[in-house]
Amino acid sequence: MLKTLKNRFEQGYKTTSYPKTKIELVERYRGLPDINIDVEDDIAKICAAACPQDAIDEHKKTIDMGRCVFCGSCERLSEEKFVKFTRNFETSTSRREHLITEGSLPALAEHSKKHFKKLFGRSLQLRQISAAGCNACEADLNVLATPFFDLARFGINFVASPRHADGIVVTGPVSRNMKTAVLETFEAVPDPKVVIAVGSCAISGGPFRGSPEITEGLESLIQVDLFIPGCPPHPLTNLHALLNFFKS
Amino acid sequence: METKFLKIANGCAVSRSEIPYLPFTDFCDTALNIVKDGGKVVHYFAYKDDSVIKLIAVLRTDELLIATTDAPDSYPSFTTECEQFHMFEREIAEQFGINPQGHPWLKMVRYHPNYTEKPDIFGNDYNQDIPGNYDYYRVDGDEVHEVAVGPVHAGVIEPGHFRFNCIGERVFHLEIQLGYQHRGIENLLLDVENKRLPIIIESIAGDTTVANSTCMAQAIEALTQTDTDKGSKIIRTIALELERIANHTGDLGALSGDVAFLPPANYFGRMRGDFLNMTLLICGNRLGKGVVRPGGVRFSIDNDIRQELISRISVLEPQMQHVIDLLFETPSVRARFEGCGNVSTYDAEKLGLVGPAGRASGIQHDIRRDFPTEHYPDIDISGYAEPTCDVYARARVRADEIMHSINIIKSLLANEIETQTIDFGNYNLAPSSFVVTLNEAWRGELSHCVLTDDNGKIIKYKVKDPSFHNWNGLSMSLRDTGISDFPLNNKSFNLSYCGFDL
Ligand code: SF4
Ligand code: SF4
Repeated sequence: MLKTLKNRFEQGYKTTSYPKTKIELVERYRGLPDINIDVEDDIAKICAAACPQDAIDEHKKTIDMGRCVFCGSCERLSEEKFVKFTRNFETSTSRREHLITEGSLPALAEHSKKHFKKLFGRSLQLRQISAAGCNACEADLNVLATPFFDLARFGINFVASPRHADGIVVTGPVSRNMKTAVLETFEAVPDPKVVIAVGSCAISGGPFRGSPEITEGLESLIQVDLFIPGCPPHPLTNLHALLNFFKS
Repeated sequence: METKFLKIANGCAVSRSEIPYLPFTDFCDTALNIVKDGGKVVHYFAYKDDSVIKLIAVLRTDELLIATTDAPDSYPSFTTECEQFHMFEREIAEQFGINPQGHPWLKMVRYHPNYTEKPDIFGNDYNQDIPGNYDYYRVDGDEVHEVAVGPVHAGVIEPGHFRFNCIGERVFHLEIQLGYQHRGIENLLLDVENKRLPIIIESIAGDTTVANSTCMAQAIEALTQTDTDKGSKIIRTIALELERIANHTGDLGALSGDVAFLPPANYFGRMRGDFLNMTLLICGNRLGKGVVRPGGVRFSIDNDIRQELISRISVLEPQMQHVIDLLFETPSVRARFEGCGNVSTYDAEKLGLVGPAGRASGIQHDIRRDFPTEHYPDIDISGYAEPTCDVYARARVRADEIMHSINIIKSLLANEIETQTIDFGNYNLAPSSFVVTLNEAWRGELSHCVLTDDNGKIIKYKVKDPSFHNWNGLSMSLRDTGISDFPLNNKSFNLSYCGFDL
């Protein structure tokens, strides 16, 4: 017992004060890209050719954050002249096309659907479906339950049964072998329900795009309400998305 | 030992013409003899060379041994004599329609059509929804009942199907069927531009990002005769150890949660995050995506970062030790951990268990000591002496490894780390070559093989996650165990679904 108390004392209080106070992530973290649309065409072209995810449109000078894995190659290659990743982790959107960006995103809170806020603003129960990603997106959703993030203090929980859920959170590119399970779990959630796609895989197939064994993203199966980009999205990106989309 | 197999070294490319090309009977007899003498199967897979299908085996004694042969359409199963081949033969049957006759349990591994024109060995029609559409193993009897779980589980975890045959609360047998997450990675790797290779490899299993990308980088370096500098070897080693600590810490937390002792569950959970955040500090990604590339590393550890890491570790090290002590000195925890989920040394040897799960059952093998790469030749890796073969042993090995890894990292951070970072690497691979790379990932022996054709194009990329060996260990641990102890045993192994499913 004494040991338990001593440990409790040593561990202290660790819960983040975000979103009340701002949080700075580390220097090397790559969040929302800052894009210089006046960059020379050559540089944009080199970056587009080198991008492992073919996420860069060299003509429009945009990055598709739904495909991007935030590897940072374009930033390095252009020596920050074309792309520079900021530490802003608030990168989620309510529309797929908004993820194709020249560096700015519409404010998520204003684009979320009003009735969602009304229905789920005080209590949101989510069923997570892991559908053939690399399990890193799941891991960084899971940590929202740890004391540092403590998601439950906002009335948001991950639940065991789709019957108890208000929506689904899907990670992974939805493999051929998971398609039925995803659709059946979605069916089992009572209406009205929300659909959240987390990670480059669920949004666009991610690193696995082009494989005949996957379906290339959740949107090809069901309508998605909230897109959280990243590979994986930082837990704070997930937290920001859930709070802004559902809380007033 | 005299053998018809060729000795090769971890991470050294050989010309494919040097690999002994044996008549099938010689291949079979020699392979079985090596394994019966205590050898282990690192790889056994089929590949297409022009239009001929060949088999290749990489075996491990105190050295690595390799040979190849033409694949027959069917042959008497190796598994009947050496259990270790069991999963490998199923994989070969699924991928290339080669029938291991008399295989004791020939069933699908990942549910996909085979890569040849041959009829499917399991008689499946893959236009139909196949997963779950399979005759599970059944135990008959009036009192016997089945419990089916998954593919979608109650927590935020990966999909897989578990079928328990029980009498009352006791489990006769647990059948594990995976494949739900099959993404066709090995084939995708053959088709894509080089720029995509490291991104796909990093996403085989996110919790094993660094180990997988290190295996791949070493393979590409061997095939391009690229040397890496000392600094990048140190940074890879640090990243590998951070990956090990974060995962083991998370699992100790989960184990604690499963016996309803919540303080350590929360403390471990939080400290796991602190270690992930050290990786974030180094490379901007908590899982280590982007650290390793063929030719070296993409991120340096400059003095500021080095000092920051040292100071974070000095705070965490005593906390970690105290929480570990709290866990293991709590009688109610010990009562649940001890004697639960036994996998005897005999069974572990037969199944070829690797990593902490193997060490907990008395198999000392550790790639970091037995076939060291990167900075490991200069690091002392001792054995672990707690082979009580149960959940306690699997937890204890992990706890000891955490403290050991912390020491490794501290010693590597003691001096400045000079390195030349690289971004992309060279992919002009040597033609007609073969390389195998092995690293001790946190779950155990992880290995990649790459074969190139006459033009230096990759014709086979084989990935073997340690879970490929260890899932059967989990099944064994459940025999004659209460079904309510499944979560505890499952966490004590914490195997990879996506690393297995590929
Ligand atoms: S950071 Fe994104 S856009 Fe830039 S190269 Fe990597 S994947 Fe492409
Ligand atoms: S988006 Fe990236 S991190 Fe998430 S599951 Fe896919 S590969 Fe893994």
